[in-house]
Amino acid sequence: MKFERYGIGIAKGLLVTIRHLLRRPITTQYPEQRLNTSRRIRGNELVWDREKCTGCATCAKTCPQGSIEIVTSVKVEENKYRVEKFEVDTGYCIFCGLCVEACPYEALFMGYAYERARYRRGELILAKEDLLESEERKPSGYARPKIAATLPRQTLLLDRDRGKR
Amino acid sequence: MDTTKDIVVKAEPYVVNFGPAHPSTHGVFRMRMTLDGEVIVDMEPVFGYLHRGIEKLAEERTYTGVIPLTDRLDYLASMTNNLAYVLAVEKLAGISVPERAEYLRVVMAELQRIASHLIAVGSFLQDCGAFMTPLVYMLREREKILDLFEMVCGQRLTYNYMRVGGVSQDIPEEFMPALEKFVKEMPGWIDEYDRLLKENEILLARAKGVGILPKELAINASASGPVLRASGVEWDIRRADPYSIYDRFEFDIPTGSVGDCYDRYRVRVEEMRQSLRILKQAMEQLPEGEVISDVPHLVRPPIGEAYGHIEGPKGELGFYLVSDNSIAPYRFHVRAPTFINLTALRDMMRGWKIADAIIIFGSIDICMGEVDR
Amino acid sequence: MAMAVLPPDWPGGYWTHWVVFTVIIIAFVLLMFMAFVWIERRAMAIMQARLGPNRAGPFGLLQPVADGLKVMLKEDIVPTKGDKLVHWLAPVVAVVPVLMIFAVVPFQGGALLADLNIGILYVVAISSVSVVGIFMAGWASNSKYSLLGAMRSVAAVVSYEIPVVLSIVGVVLLAGSLSMQQIVLAQDIPFILVQPLGFLLFFTGALAEINRAPFDLMEADSEIVAGFHIEYSGMKFALFYLVEYGEALAISAIATTLFLSGWRGPLLPPWLWFLVKVILVFFVIVWIRTTVPRLRIDQLMALAWKFLFPLALINLLITAVEILAWPEVSLWVFVPVNFAVMIVLVLLWSKFFKLGWGKVEV
Repeated sequence: MKFERYGIGIAKGLLVTIRHLLRRPITTQYPEQRLNTSRRIRGNELVWDREKCTGCATCAKTCPQGSIEIVTSVKVEENKYRVEKFEVDTGYCIFCGLCVEACPYEALFMGYAYERARYRRGELILAKEDLLESEERKPSGYARPKIAATLPRQTLLLDRDRGKR
Repeated sequence: MDTTKDIVVKAEPYVVNFGPAHPSTHGVFRMRMTLDGEVIVDMEPVFGYLHRGIEKLAEERTYTGVIPLTDRLDYLASMTNNLAYVLAVEKLAGISVPERAEYLRVVMAELQRIASHLIAVGSFLQDCGAFMTPLVYMLREREKILDLFEMVCGQRLTYNYMRVGGVSQDIPEEFMPALEKFVKEMPGWIDEYDRLLKENEILLARAKGVGILPKELAINASASGPVLRASGVEWDIRRADPYSIYDRFEFDIPTGSVGDCYDRYRVRVEEMRQSLRILKQAMEQLPEGEVISDVPHLVRPPIGEAYGHIEGPKGELGFYLVSDNSIAPYRFHVRAPTFINLTALRDMMRGWKIADAIIIFGSIDICMGEVDR
Repeated sequence: MAMAVLPPDWPGGYWTHWVVFTVIIIAFVLLMFMAFVWIERRAMAIMQARLGPNRAGPFGLLQPVADGLKVMLKEDIVPTKGDKLVHWLAPVVAVVPVLMIFAVVPFQGGALLADLNIGILYVVAISSVSVVGIFMAGWASNSKYSLLGAMRSVAAVVSYEIPVVLSIVGVVLLAGSLSMQQIVLAQDIPFILVQPLGFLLFFTGALAEINRAPFDLMEADSEIVAGFHIEYSGMKFALFYLVEYGEALAISAIATTLFLSGWRGPLLPPWLWFLVKVILVFFVIVWIRTTVPRLRIDQLMALAWKFLFPLALINLLITAVEILAWPEVSLWVFVPVNFAVMIVLVLLWSKFFKLGWGKVEV
């Protein structure tokens, strides 16, 4: 090792670090301040629209993991399927979104929320009623441009970090 | 009395285990080192702790269903994994891709290259001992790139964005202004990293001349990526065997001369700058149009085999696919660049000390998801 | 018998003085230790563009208290095959010298526990005992990693004693006495201006002695996973933590006294000046830790023996020549001369020196 730069390299580095004292930290204090996620976020659950769903099970066939389980029976009077069981195992799901892209009737959406931790594994299996759209279970705009237009804009670090205090 | 000349104090070499759980092996990687004092006499890498059977799992999923699986190979550079795989499938099935999709693929791949190199350089400097400061600065820039990716496809780490025949969705309208802002500000941030640590005497002392990989050994060991280029071989697949539309862009290939850790670090930083150059050109030339061609939902390629490779951030990433005309691949093999770069590790490390072992290991930039699959 | 045991204006007897100052010293060390932990974490965090701890109490001021409580409630694990007595004794041997250093540090004019007339020699002697504790810790843990860390630490501390002591001798020559009180009183201009090379050597050597960056490979988180205190937990680990920050406090206090003219200053009360200067020196230590990577062990030893030691000798020679040859000239004249000498020497030495080995043939 030769002490090649005579200590100037260390001095330059020290200047860079000390200038950060004058900049605003970029941390977000989590439970009190939250950032807006993207409009197309593939959040931690699925949202199902019971009216539009016909029970074709394209989503179940597309899923790489096999986390969707559908059982249907024929409704003879209206000549369509009645969906008896529509169950998603969100513990097994990898949230890739292939099912949402595949649905031909736009009856399935990714969830917008991401804080869906549970205390028990059994509570992660969502059945028909747990999947319906509600106030705390909003759909996200992944592969659904009409819904994406109604969601708030994403906060970007590019806009927040101006490089100085 | 002359007896002092006859007494040779020889210490016995002892074996130390740099175990699977260690703060600075990137992932679960085990090295069994034979040490003589502090000098490394021999080193045996032991890996396989993260083996998940991805190649076998891929045989039970459709061609589109394998794409989320390829995300999880080198989880720090998912876009380029996706890209290599869909290139292989398109080669196998003879599918062409629209112009706008090609440009979007290039934009995503170059952004991903910058993000992966940020982590590689940051953790290399962290292993040198600079207590997280360069790592935190580089993670801040990587956050900006991850925000851009989240805007496009909804996730920050496993994107699942490329599809056979194009990309899955078009970019939203706020993507381009944000990307322009990023490309404008990023060279300033890279200059700041250079001011922080490029000429630091201690870093020069630790990393210059350490862990030299000679040119012949690099070529014989099939090394690729920055590891090969730092040893003086100018080999970049984007130039040598252009895939996608890389022959339309102008960029340099940074090469090192000696092949030590410092050269690998400089090659990665210069590659970030060249990626920004490609991004600028791609942004200007982006056409309008479709983003995915008309491909059936369940792709069924004819019987045959194909090998699709790209220049990933860590080296040459290749996918070898054999098809038997069904909806799932018959054989799916990954040519993982870091797995092959690892084979040269023993020769790079012998003769150096323990402190250098960590630095050498950090400079070849390993991601265990890729090594073990 | 010229040693003044009690200051002339002290009411009460000898033992009252002793009790009051012992309490002051222990309170000072513990409070400043907590303040230093807080300063280090917040200052380092803001220099890294993030916030430090800010949940435990307003601005995170109670964070060191929370750390202390956590550590006290942890289980005390002793390795089975380790040497139990040595394992128990090591933190004690490491902590006590650190507290003893503060007996001779002047907090204010005349306010110190013992105005020894060999003050600085006592400090140098006592600070070397701490490393025995570290070596005992490394040995008793019965682990290859900790033994490696302890041996590296002993080698480094022993090597860096010499430049530190030689630079202190330069200050002693200028002040004319070994007593810390007299050194502060002799600083009409702060000795950092008259002895810039001495300050640089002292600071570098002291950083190595207290095992802090850039010389912290003894507890390198990324290599040997915490080095000599890898097998310690609970209150014993807290004592080693106290040793690290206590030594940093001791170095800051000694540097303030020797080079920055101690408690002297214009407007504020003297003890406040002392605190401000100590915190300033510690801030510089934290600043260096945030920025600079760490050295390898052979580079560290080479730096001590080939770089700092000859420079220390030359510094001593030049100081001695200046004092003997021109005793009536005011010290202000020597300030630019010494700065020029420092720059020339550092440049010269950097050009001609190769520190550390390269690859060893196996």
